[in-house]
Amino acid sequence: MSGSEEKLAQSLAAIAGEANTSGDPSATGEYAIHGVTPKAMVRPANAEEIAEILRMCAAEKLGVVARGAGTKIGMGGAAARYDVALVTTRLEKVHGYDPGDLTLSVEAGARMADVGKLLGEHRQFLPLSVPYQKRATIGGTVASGVDSPLRQGYGSARDFLLGAEFVTGDGTRAKSGGRVVKNVAGYDLHKLFIGSLGTLGILTRLNFKTFPVAEASGGFLALFREESGAIDFVRRIAQSPVAPATLEILSPAMAGVLGGQARLDGTELAPVESWLPRSGWAAMAGFGGSEKVLRRFEAELGRMANESGAAGTIALDEGQRAQAEERLREAIPLLLEASPAATIVRASVLPSRIGEIFAAGRRSGEKHGIPAAILARGVGVVYVAFLPGTSDGTIFEGLAAAASEVVQAAEAAQGFGWIPWCPDGLKNLATIWGSGRPDAALMRRVKQAFDSGGILSPGRFFGGI
Amino acid sequence: MIAGLERIVGREQVLTKEEELRLYEYDGSVETGRPDCVVFPGNKSEVVEIARWSNRNGVPMVGRGAGTGLSGGALAREGGVQVVFSRMNRILAVDYENQRAVVEPGVVNLELSRAVARAGLQYAPDPSSQKSCTIGGNVSENAGGPHTLRYGVTTNHILGLEVVMPDGEMYRIGGAAVDAPGYDLVGLFVGSEGTLGLVVEITAKLTRLPESVKTLLAVFETTDDATETVVALTARGITPAACEMMDGWTIRVVESWIRAGLPTDAGALLLIEVDGPREAAEEQAAAVVETCRAHKAREVRTAKDEREREALWKARKNAFGAVGRVAPDCYVQDGVIPRTRLPETLRRIGEIGKRHGFEVGNIFHAGDGNLHPMLCFDRREPGTFERAMAAASEIIALCVELGGSITGEHGVGMEKDRLMPLLFSETDLELMKRVRSAFNPSGLLNPGKLFPVSKSCGEIRAPAMGRGPSEPIEGARNERVGSDAETRGGTQR
Repeated sequence: MSGSEEKLAQSLAAIAGEANTSGDPSATGEYAIHGVTPKAMVRPANAEEIAEILRMCAAEKLGVVARGAGTKIGMGGAAARYDVALVTTRLEKVHGYDPGDLTLSVEAGARMADVGKLLGEHRQFLPLSVPYQKRATIGGTVASGVDSPLRQGYGSARDFLLGAEFVTGDGTRAKSGGRVVKNVAGYDLHKLFIGSLGTLGILTRLNFKTFPVAEASGGFLALFREESGAIDFVRRIAQSPVAPATLEILSPAMAGVLGGQARLDGTELAPVESWLPRSGWAAMAGFGGSEKVLRRFEAELGRMANESGAAGTIALDEGQRAQAEERLREAIPLLLEASPAATIVRASVLPSRIGEIFAAGRRSGEKHGIPAAILARGVGVVYVAFLPGTSDGTIFEGLAAAASEVVQAAEAAQGFGWIPWCPDGLKNLATIWGSGRPDAALMRRVKQAFDSGGILSPGRFFGGI
Repeated sequence: MIAGLERIVGREQVLTKEEELRLYEYDGSVETGRPDCVVFPGNKSEVVEIARWSNRNGVPMVGRGAGTGLSGGALAREGGVQVVFSRMNRILAVDYENQRAVVEPGVVNLELSRAVARAGLQYAPDPSSQKSCTIGGNVSENAGGPHTLRYGVTTNHILGLEVVMPDGEMYRIGGAAVDAPGYDLVGLFVGSEGTLGLVVEITAKLTRLPESVKTLLAVFETTDDATETVVALTARGITPAACEMMDGWTIRVVESWIRAGLPTDAGALLLIEVDGPREAAEEQAAAVVETCRAHKAREVRTAKDEREREALWKARKNAFGAVGRVAPDCYVQDGVIPRTRLPETLRRIGEIGKRHGFEVGNIFHAGDGNLHPMLCFDRREPGTFERAMAAASEIIALCVELGGSITGEHGVGMEKDRLMPLLFSETDLELMKRVRSAFNPSGLLNPGKLFPVSKSCGEIRAPAMGRGPSEPIEGARNERVGSDAETRGGTQR
């Protein structure tokens, strides 16, 4: 430990305590991002400590990257300055859960799994079925902006995040929104935090609307020889009374990755080999309701699958739907494990144009000789994963080109594309944020208002913010 | 200076005469603010030019749709130029397959739903003023409405905006697809009450019309029974499309004018709508009936057809107009509380009213705890206005004390700015002001809104003489002041 690192660790320890601070490379190594190890790590106990830490870091112009469990810390660009890893896992209290009002207020470091368990006791849930469910924190889930299969039926975090408390770059504690389900007082600053990768402030508390678990649930899987059949099926669903909670299309390669034997965080995922087909394009819907509603949906889906030329269909029971949803939820970690240099593009387009992204993914995969797996959500979000068999540096050029081509295809389809996950060596090679947007200037103004010193995850966000 | 504006939009699109300007000093609230001139741009580039003009000349500027706002958000608090969007009222594109619409800000809310209804679609947010209010205004205020209980408020339905900044720069934020990368600027702009930029184009989500709709009217002897029913419905996980409550006093006032067949001897009623696939709507309706009966509903009626359904909604949507007939002044609040606290809150609101000598009427979005207590009074009686405002302050403080909010859908505007410190600390407000300055550095766009203005601290200004809130702003140019009962005035909630 050099002198400056020791001094930094001491200053942080004065705020958060020795036991929650380290400047020792053997301890800080695990907080490295894209190969950069921070000078120190600190685990504050509460918002006040976070505020103190940020005031100190702002004065010293130190780069701070906030993280929860660190499961999605690989998303985004490399930090231009990374001195302090600020870990929020000690902020894990539930401040208020009012099942009768269907609202929840919880600290940012609370784990998704624990929150899910608590809500489950009251037959409620938060529609954030996000990857790394066992370890991920709720703050990291919101700040990373990862999406969830349940957005088909319930929307994304911006639709049910009611308010938040946070600490801005100058160490000011502030809040926006509230805890009631309807509220228009003040600016919705909390929405800006969704997907902001820790560049505006450090979330300390989040308030959500919760949802009742449906009486019963089921699912439906239709298998198509061609992707066009699956796309047609999804289009028909959007124009029918069937209201699925989840709706996805999986390419054969994607079904292969998601459907195999899998272990995550030391736990074996429930096997799905017996029923999840791995040849052909699978379209899968999950839905809830009474038995009567489920039967109706199954019948309608069967009819529509038939009209779209499905090669086969399977009605999924409650258990199978849960298994399917677990696989869909954990798609990102399963893909990252499937290749030593997995590179994942997240595109969003109008639902009618997802076929263009499918085509681009397949074309670029073939052109550059890299296997591609595709997962599309009914709302128009398409994940294209390039999964080379090697992490040899020679493939990087092709990998970067393939991913960039898919991003360009999304933009050409009047949508958006960026590259949330790729090997460290690619972060500077590929244009991970796409070709830029006309409103980037406004985003820089927002950043300036929250973090004028530019100490929060500098360079990690959109357009190098 | 006015000549500069006339050169931009044409002489006939600028109002400067005293009697013309007077029509624009009101909205649906009890506030007033007279502009120095009113201008009607016909397209985006004219809006850009107007903003440049305002910026160059240091003249305040405020956007306005149909003027149905309920918190003074579109009033020219510090004078200047009022930019009225009524001419920019075209639906530019509808993408039926992807369920999207691109509209100009002056498009009337209900007209968009009507335009897409044949394709089985709707624009879901439905403020009670939807026959007159504009989508641009809805975006600025993040408007709600009865059916937002199930479908969400405006912000849940807006994907992209084109905005003109106060210096005349124009930006496209968000887009037609979901998840635009970068900060959620659309989420910030929706509900920013016209203080960050002027919205000149909107990309909205459309929603499928439900296959089946069931509308129920449950009649109760007491307000407690009705509020307990709402608590029970929420606890049972039943989310109706809408769940509206009307207390006995309001029922009698409304029925005396609208004659919708409401039971005038009832203590309270709930108007509950469930929708969805046929089977789901039927089951939910049955569960609603059962819950109402378990909470001592005297009667539960189900609308037999579309006509009956419309009659029930007509009573609800015109309630504020009816109330305007019984007293010259009516102050409507917009507090929100956790839904579990409904019974006790209504009791305490009644007590607060009594203590100040008022009978408080309640008609509100019970399902999401968004209260609209009404204090009716005659300002000409000395002292009543002050008493009404004192009672209102106590009611809002109660909502906040219970963990709620000062406004659920009407906005802060210039009416509730002084209440903001009840919810937000000085540092919260400082940060919000910093965000405002990031977009509106000169403060020329919609000044005096949202944040406490020191000079008006502790007072709510009196409405102009002789004008009750139910009266339309007759003659306001290009504003949709219809002749039938449902569209009268900009004051329906």
